[in-house]
Amino acid sequence: MSTFFDHEAFRSEPEATALVSRIHELLREKLKGEPVSLMEVCGTHTVAISRAGIRSLMPGGLKLLSGPGCPVCVTPLAEIDRAIAASRLQGVILTTFGDMMRVPGSESTLEREKAEGADVRILYGPLQAIEIAEENPESQVVFVGVGFETTSPTIAATVVEAARRGVTNLSVFPFFKTVPRALDMLARVPGRPLDGYICPGHVSAIIGSGAYEPTATEHNIPCVVTGFEPLDILAGIVMLLEQVAIVRAGGRAKVETQYSRAVTREGNPAALAIIADVFEECDAEWREIGVIPMSGHEFSERYRSFDARDRIDVEVPKSAGPSGCICGEIMLGQKTPTDCPLFAGRCTPREAVGPCMVSTEGACAAFYKYDRQTTEAP
Amino acid sequence: MCLAVPGRIIEIDGQTAKVDFGGITREANVMLIEDASVGEYVLIHAGFAIQRLNAEEAEETLRLFGELARALEEEDERKK
Repeated sequence: MSTFFDHEAFRSEPEATALVSRIHELLREKLKGEPVSLMEVCGTHTVAISRAGIRSLMPGGLKLLSGPGCPVCVTPLAEIDRAIAASRLQGVILTTFGDMMRVPGSESTLEREKAEGADVRILYGPLQAIEIAEENPESQVVFVGVGFETTSPTIAATVVEAARRGVTNLSVFPFFKTVPRALDMLARVPGRPLDGYICPGHVSAIIGSGAYEPTATEHNIPCVVTGFEPLDILAGIVMLLEQVAIVRAGGRAKVETQYSRAVTREGNPAALAIIADVFEECDAEWREIGVIPMSGHEFSERYRSFDARDRIDVEVPKSAGPSGCICGEIMLGQKTPTDCPLFAGRCTPREAVGPCMVSTEGACAAFYKYDRQTTEAP
Repeated sequence: MCLAVPGRIIEIDGQTAKVDFGGITREANVMLIEDASVGEYVLIHAGFAIQRLNAEEAEETLRLFGELARALEEEDERKK
């Protein structure tokens, strides 16, 4: 059997024990027991860390923070409202990944609109939107383009393919986000320590580990591109602690790659080329955080005709934020989900108030599902 | 949302490949992989192959994990 299909090999207990023991030893000896805070910025890491119970295995002084790594969670309310308003229009077929269905807008969700008769379809991949457009030439097919650099090349490729086939009734809401400038912003957030980044594995498979070099250099913050299996994450933490010790001794931080089976320094050149052709960088608003310069993608001049914002004319209600929710502070690493007065009370996955609870990859949802037993006082 | 699953290309027809996920077969688009070929391992996300996987690097990562585990066992033996 190939290594790639042998997931047990990356979850093996003796190796996990050795890595956990190494983490404890590093914190105790090289770091003299002084606290260390590491942050992941990928919803898939958020879930993997919680599901494997990794927090419960960490020494007391080591904090694992969950940054704004869930694209659904950081999509602004106004953009959700815009997608919901589009779904209500006659002749529009709204297509989306399943994660977006239950995200609350100001007054509804895509799920509710679908139940009330809107033509909202969940796609496994964006290429399906082309088939739907070809089968429904009288309709406008709109895709809700949410995602980081892992997803944006697949949507760029879909747009290129639609242009090639002469499909004119397909457009995309460009709500994409990009990771590197967000890491710069997070490194500048005052009021909480941050000693290293667990960099996202699959975003990095596209953009390459080199994309974090300016961040590591400018902020002298260690960056380790990490895979998603339990042993990958533990090994990534070991590599970060080794670097934190070097930085605290006056040395320089750098970018390292634990997930070397999928990530190179250069990334995927074909995917980067198609992103550069179809999109251009723009400032983007991150829900509960604010505008981060050059942290989004919108359509390039050549493909601007695919921008759904120009084609679908909708009135978006003035959006009201959820009251009392601390998702923003959680995503900045200033607080953890259990600090929120709404957590597990008024805000649960069934009745979510904030975006970090509604998305399965949000920090609050992952904490609710997996970490509560280990973080609540006995 | 950034979940991607490893698979092996077993057939290619234009941009579309048949990909084996350790027993289950599905189609995926390979236009994001330069010169994709049959037998290669790739990561699949949202119906696209998004990057090649490197088998040698995977073996090397596992070898390092194994070494660490053996070192720990030996240390435990010495302490006994």
